[in-house]
Amino acid sequence: MPVILESSDGELTVLIQGEIDHHTAAALREEIDRAVDSLKPEVLALDFSGVGFMDSSGIGLIMGRFQNVRAYGGTLRVVNPPPMVARMMRLAGMGRLGVL
Amino acid sequence: MRGKVIPQNEMKLVIPSRSANESFARAAVAAFMSQLDPTVEEMTDIKTAVSEAVTNCIVHAYRDTIGKIWIDAAIYDDGRIVVQIKDKGCGIPDVAQARQPLFTTGGSERAGLGFAVMESFTDRMTVRSAVGKGTTVTLEKRVAQRYRHDS
Ligand SMILES: Nc1ncnc2c1ncn2[C@@H]1O[C@H](COP(=O)(O)OP(=O)(O)O)[C@@H](O)[C@H]1O
Ligand SMILES: [Mg+2]
Repeated sequence: MPVILESSDGELTVLIQGEIDHHTAAALREEIDRAVDSLKPEVLALDFSGVGFMDSSGIGLIMGRFQNVRAYGGTLRVVNPPPMVARMMRLAGMGRLGVL
Repeated sequence: MRGKVIPQNEMKLVIPSRSANESFARAAVAAFMSQLDPTVEEMTDIKTAVSEAVTNCIVHAYRDTIGKIWIDAAIYDDGRIVVQIKDKGCGIPDVAQARQPLFTTGGSERAGLGFAVMESFTDRMTVRSAVGKGTTVTLEKRVAQRYRHDS
């Protein structure tokens, strides 16, 4: 599962590419958490523009990162969700979290 | 003539509960479903629902083991697809509770939204389960038909 990490000015951007399900989420989680643990970015931006498929495991992935980042006072932002990803997030009631 | 509803086509798939098969299972059902000439969105709905059901077999039904997952799909002349996903895993003690959005026994990385997604992305979802015996989830969706073959 290829991700591209980019860090500048306290903002870590993670460009996720491919399909997010329970299988691929495990590796994604590890990679994102490793970078977050060492950089402790003020803002973690998850860029979904390269995501072609996502099921509710993707919601678990986002929620888990949301909690990790919030625990040290950072914020999570979800960037460029394609329509099907946005729909899944709405279903999960994520609009209320202010991450979109 | 309108008699018994006979599937126009059918498929069966048996796979071990390995997480690498999540993508295979949804892609296989999507490829089969393409005979109904669905829109991209209809196809995504079924792929997502199948992904949820298969993931539940892997994560919950066969939590600490590898078991078999049976996937049966049928398409009908009226544009319906029916997919049945079956496991012989641990079963669900309280199906009504399990279907509640956000309910999960799976820990912090599970959203508890699998059943909610299956329900909202299909026209009908039924769950049959018995503790110690296993679970069968049936998903049904009607694809809008843009043209018909009557032969
Ligand atoms: N095939 C299954 N076998 C056993 N338990 C299941 C199965 N499918 C679902 N469950 C139970 O129902 C709960 C809710 O499932 P779901 O809505 O998909 O959320 P999640 O998978 O995120 O926990 C699961 O946490 C589990 O306890
Ligand atoms: Mg689930």
